[in-house]
Amino acid sequence: MSAYDWLPDFLDRLKADNVLLEDDSITALAKVPMLILEAEDWGRAAAQAQAFGLRWMGGWADQLDEAFHVSACLAHQHEVLVLRAMLSLEIPVLPSHTPWYPGADHMERHTQDMYGVLFSDHPDPRRWTRHHAWGENEYPLRSDFPLAGTRPGPMPTDHNYRYLKAQGAGVYEIPVGPVHAGIIEPGHFRFQAVGEQVLNLEIRLGYVHKGIEKIAVGRDAPGLARLAARISGDSTVAHGWAACMAMEQAAAVQVPERASYLRAIMAERERIANHLGDIGAICNDVAFAFAQYQFSRLRESWQRVSQQVFGHRFMMDCVVPGGVASDVDGAGLELLRSGLEPLRAELVELMAILDDNPSLEDRLATTGFLSAAIAAKFGATGYVGKASGQDIDARRDMRYAPYDRLEVVVPTSQNGDVQARMHIRSQEVFASLDLLTQLLRDIPAGEIRSDWRTASEVEGIAVIDGWRGEIMTYVRFDADDRIARFMPRDPSWFTWPALEQLIHDNIVPDFPVCNKSVNGSYSGHDL
Amino acid sequence: MLKLFNKIRKTGVITEDVPEGRDPAFEEVGEQLRAKVGEIFSGSLAIREVDAGSCNGCELEANALNNSWYSIERFGIHFVASPRHADLLLVTGPVSRHMEAALRRTWDATPNPKLVLAMGDCAADGGEFGVSYASCGGVSSIIPVDGVIRGCPPTPMSLMKAILALVEKRTDND
Repeated sequence: MSAYDWLPDFLDRLKADNVLLEDDSITALAKVPMLILEAEDWGRAAAQAQAFGLRWMGGWADQLDEAFHVSACLAHQHEVLVLRAMLSLEIPVLPSHTPWYPGADHMERHTQDMYGVLFSDHPDPRRWTRHHAWGENEYPLRSDFPLAGTRPGPMPTDHNYRYLKAQGAGVYEIPVGPVHAGIIEPGHFRFQAVGEQVLNLEIRLGYVHKGIEKIAVGRDAPGLARLAARISGDSTVAHGWAACMAMEQAAAVQVPERASYLRAIMAERERIANHLGDIGAICNDVAFAFAQYQFSRLRESWQRVSQQVFGHRFMMDCVVPGGVASDVDGAGLELLRSGLEPLRAELVELMAILDDNPSLEDRLATTGFLSAAIAAKFGATGYVGKASGQDIDARRDMRYAPYDRLEVVVPTSQNGDVQARMHIRSQEVFASLDLLTQLLRDIPAGEIRSDWRTASEVEGIAVIDGWRGEIMTYVRFDADDRIARFMPRDPSWFTWPALEQLIHDNIVPDFPVCNKSVNGSYSGHDL
Repeated sequence: MLKLFNKIRKTGVITEDVPEGRDPAFEEVGEQLRAKVGEIFSGSLAIREVDAGSCNGCELEANALNNSWYSIERFGIHFVASPRHADLLLVTGPVSRHMEAALRRTWDATPNPKLVLAMGDCAADGGEFGVSYASCGGVSSIIPVDGVIRGCPPTPMSLMKAILALVEKRTDND
């Protein structure tokens, strides 16, 4: 199949629906085709895209001189398309994508809070990222908003957010957070329940919003990589890689082969470490402490090797623009190799024990069911999507180096429950061990870092598969090789709303295990 | 079930019995800590962890103290679910402005006398995120801080040492 052979059909559909397309409407963002649309056509384009079967991957805005540029990224199987509309600064209004793509809800409300761009027919006009750190008619990502902000003094709590209410005999409400009982990130969960049964869950995030998109502006490439490495500490390699890949695309920098192998080795190690931790924690949430001891033990040993070989337990700041920060010598590679088979053997043994345990099965099977239809509707990827039939993995689909020369096995399931999300994790660990075997066998000699080339007024977009799911990152450089816009889209944007759905009709005491099985990133989402 | 018990038997107690799993330096810090916790906190130091804006990196390392390599509970230290049960608040992150009120309330809810340990470069001074419309910077800009442990993130070992130093400082002051 030739590249983008579906695009003419899609363009015909748009034209048939009177979406204005002119000769200069079709342009490109780095290597990705981009359609420039009239603002009024924004909603109809989404309707056609949805009917055509395109997947919604993310939306963001940007401010250039005299206009807001609103963009959305869509995927047709393994190919990506960007839609863009330009809006005047005076009347920044356009239709919403949310009626067609429910997963767009929070991202559009984020854009509304950060830029004051209004999505006219958005079904939920409430604020999202904004609590009280800035005012209702102030927009932090606009260029005239001062970095220091406008509201000095102590912050009030976010007490006047309008949560959904439920009424009726025996209905009660349980507010949880932002400070939770465990050692986890902050967010607020509002349950409506009858007896033990959850009628509705509403998730309120934004508590760890720390202005990542704003403080990215003006950074140089290495500075942005450092920031990206701290978007979500558990995904430091993944977000670092996505940001660097987007910058490299923009600046047309080629990454040396050896560097791409080292990046993949780190990314697979990150995936394994997090999956091991999660499998243990899922079991711990149903009081099967044995698994927690075993898997946290394996995770710790694994991280110690990362420390030894890469100098950091999470491999933070190891991915840099143009390549990787430092090389791994023969002894280091051998150490990495020597850890693969022992872990595989332990995992075979442990998963057999987990699968053998009826009380574990009783708590995990059928719990927190997410249908394939709802997973697709919200655009869930990663283990959440894969456990609900979403056969999406950028390593295989987008064919970025070095995965373009490897066979990436993507496990999926139709079961959609907590048990399936746990099993996808263990299957992914086995698949990652296979990938590591290949990567460590085939890693070529050579340079580990290309020189950075000055980027001037260019854009880049990268899609990679992190351990949590697909990450899509957009960057724009200004005229002086500095970042003008940075938007990292963590997969959690689409799995948090999936969590609200999959908890329906479950019992309140099963919420912790359902939440852990999804393990959304708060920091990666709040930005 | 037999497989399960067999696995437990084969794994052994890695914190105590398996020589290659032991880190003598860690054991030493732990024993000092146990002595101090015994002396000052009647054998039990309760820590409430508060993420006030962190990237989750510090949380992973604080959690690691509970794994069987470190098993911090054997030194009398445990993480508790409520600030009302806590002797020490372990605070991470630059304090985001959206967590500012929750952090103050958590501090208010912690009974006196209490200790506050700021964990990580961000908690020290805002770190990579600095001070902005969305970030208050270091923890000491919002609540009184008794100790700071730098690192991005601090390792479990350095976190243990920081807890020990904080507890020792408290003895000196008394």
